[in-house]
Amino acid sequence: MSALLATEHFAGPPHWTWYILFYFFLAGLAGGSYFLATLLRYWGVAADEAAARIGYYVAFPATVIGALLLTLDLKQPLRFWHMLFDTTPGQFGLSFNSTTPMSIGVWALLAASVFSLVSFVDALLRDGRLRVGGRRALLPGTAGLVWSVAGSVVYLFIAGYTGVLLSVSNQPIWSDTWALGGLFLASGLSGAAALLLILARYRPGADASRSMLELSERIFAGLELLLLVVVLLTLIDDGTLGKALGFPWILLWLAALVGIVSGLGSTTIHRLRPMPAGAAVAARAQAWALAPTFVLLGILALRAWVIFTAQH
Amino acid sequence: MPPTITPGKSYGFFTDTSVCIGCKACEVACKEWNQLPATQKGFLGDSLDNTGSLDGRNWRHVKFIDNVPDETLGVGNGKAFLLMSDVCKHCTHASCMDVCPTGAIIRTEFDTVFIQEPVCNGCRNCIAACPYDVIDIDPDQNVARKCTLCYDRLQGGMEPACAKACPTESIQFGPLDELRERAQRRLAAVHAQGSTQANLYGHDEKVYGGLNAFFLLMDKPETYKLPSADDALLPQRNNLGGYLGLAGTAVLGLFGAIFALRNRGSLRRAAAAVPPPPAGTPPPAPPPEDESV
Repeated sequence: MSALLATEHFAGPPHWTWYILFYFFLAGLAGGSYFLATLLRYWGVAADEAAARIGYYVAFPATVIGALLLTLDLKQPLRFWHMLFDTTPGQFGLSFNSTTPMSIGVWALLAASVFSLVSFVDALLRDGRLRVGGRRALLPGTAGLVWSVAGSVVYLFIAGYTGVLLSVSNQPIWSDTWALGGLFLASGLSGAAALLLILARYRPGADASRSMLELSERIFAGLELLLLVVVLLTLIDDGTLGKALGFPWILLWLAALVGIVSGLGSTTIHRLRPMPAGAAVAARAQAWALAPTFVLLGILALRAWVIFTAQH
Repeated sequence: MPPTITPGKSYGFFTDTSVCIGCKACEVACKEWNQLPATQKGFLGDSLDNTGSLDGRNWRHVKFIDNVPDETLGVGNGKAFLLMSDVCKHCTHASCMDVCPTGAIIRTEFDTVFIQEPVCNGCRNCIAACPYDVIDIDPDQNVARKCTLCYDRLQGGMEPACAKACPTESIQFGPLDELRERAQRRLAAVHAQGSTQANLYGHDEKVYGGLNAFFLLMDKPETYKLPSADDALLPQRNNLGGYLGLAGTAVLGLFGAIFALRNRGSLRRAAAAVPPPPAGTPPPAPPPEDESV
C-alpha cells in the first residue's frame, strides 16, 4: 500500500551542510532559551529571575552566531541583504515572499535579534554588569512583559521554522512530512531547558529553578518523541522511511533517540534509586550535567539526521 | 523558418525524443552561446553520457537511458536506448520562483523563467525546490544558474541556440500554442507507427500548470526521471501543514512549561506579602528545592 503511494523524487540536493546544521541547532536553543526565560521571569517567582537572566544571556549570542553561520553558508555572503531588500533593477523595495519560510524566517531573525539584544542589555543592567546613568533595567514593568512576550512569539517561530523550511521543498524525506517544524521546536525547547540546567550550575541562585527546568525538559522531550513518531509515520506513508533509516544515518537517529530518552528519564531514575543521603546528592549532581549534555548532543544529532539523510 | 519573436507571447521548446540521435549538438551550442566552461567530470561509464546531469555549467544535457529489453524486439521500436535532451522546463507554476527569497527568479516578457544573477545570493533554496534537478550553483559565479531559454537571443529576435543547432529537429522552438498543436500531430503519427507507449509530458496543465519546455516521450515519465503528474507537487503544499504543526507544538510547549511552573502560583501568593526586591539587586536566595516534581 505504501509503495503504491510512494512519491518519486528527482530533485537534486541543495548541499546544506555544517553551517546550516549549527544554525538550526543554535536557532532552536536561542528560541527555547528566550521563551523559557520569559516564562521564568513573568510566570515564576522572584527566585526564578536568576535562571531567567541566563536564558536572555543565551538567546542573543546564539542568535547572532546563528545569523553569522547562515550568512557564511550563502555562496555570496555579502549579498545577504538581498533577502531583505529587492535589488531587481527598477523594483527597489523590501523583499518578502510569503510562500517560502526562508523569507519569513529572515525577517523573523532580524526581529528576534532586536528582541534579544534589548533583553540581553536589560539583563546586564539588572545584574549591575552594565551601568547606564541610574538605570537598573531597560524594560521595567509592563513594557518588559509586553516586549518579552512578543519576543517569545517570534522566538518560538525561530526555533521551529527551520523545519518548515525543509518541508517546503521537493526533497525526499523533508517534503514527505509536515511535522519537521514541530519536531524542531520541541527539540529546541528541550535543548534550551537542558542548556539552562547546565549553565544554572554556574550562577548563584539559579538552583531555585532547577526542578522546573528538569520537568520542562522531560515534558519537551516527550513532545519531541511524539513528533518524531509522527515524522516516521508520515515517511512510511510516502515510502521514504527506508531511506531515512538507512545506514549510516540510523546511527544519527539512534543518537537523537538517546538524547530524547536522557531528557525523559534522567531525574526519574535517580528518584527511584534508594541511596544513603550523601551518595544520593553526589549521584544527582553528576546526572544534572550528564543528562542535559546527552540531550544537547541528541538535538544536534537529530538535526544532522534530518539534514544529511535527505541529501544522500 | 524561425518564428517572429514578440514580447508578451509565450514561447518554449517542444522536444521530440523519438528523433533525438544523442549527438549533443544542443549541449555544445548552449555552452558556446552562453560561454559556459567545459566541465571535467571524467569518464562516467554510463553509455555515451559524460555530462551526467544538468547543473550550473550544463544547461542542456542529453540523457542516455539504458532501456535494452531482455527479449529481442523488432526493428524500429525505439526501445534500446531512450535519448532525451533535457533542459529547464520553464514551468508555469515554477517551484524555484515559489521559494526564492530574494526575488532573483522572475518570469520574462516571453513567459520564461529567468534567474537574475546579480540579485541571487546563492542560498540554494531553489535547488531544493526544483523537482527536475535543473538548477545548481555555478562554481565560477557562485550564484544559481540554469537555462535562460536564450533570453538575450530572444530579445534579439533569434531562436535559442540549442534549437538552432539540433540537426534532427528534436528540439523545436516557437510560440507555445503552435508547438502544442505540432506536438499533438506528431504524437498521432508516432502512435500510428505502432509506438503506442509514446506520450506527451507537460503539454497541458496537469504538470506544474504546463511546461514551456515540454516533451514527447517514448516511455512513462519516471523512466526519464521526470515526476509523474501525480508527483508533480509544489513545495508550498507543505506550508499550511508545517505552520499548523509548529503552532500546535508551540501551544503544547506553552502548556507544558506552565505545568512545570504550576507550583509557582502558591509561592507567588506567599511572597506577595513581601515587597519585591528592587531591580539591580542580585536575585534572592533560592527556596528549598521542590522534591514533589
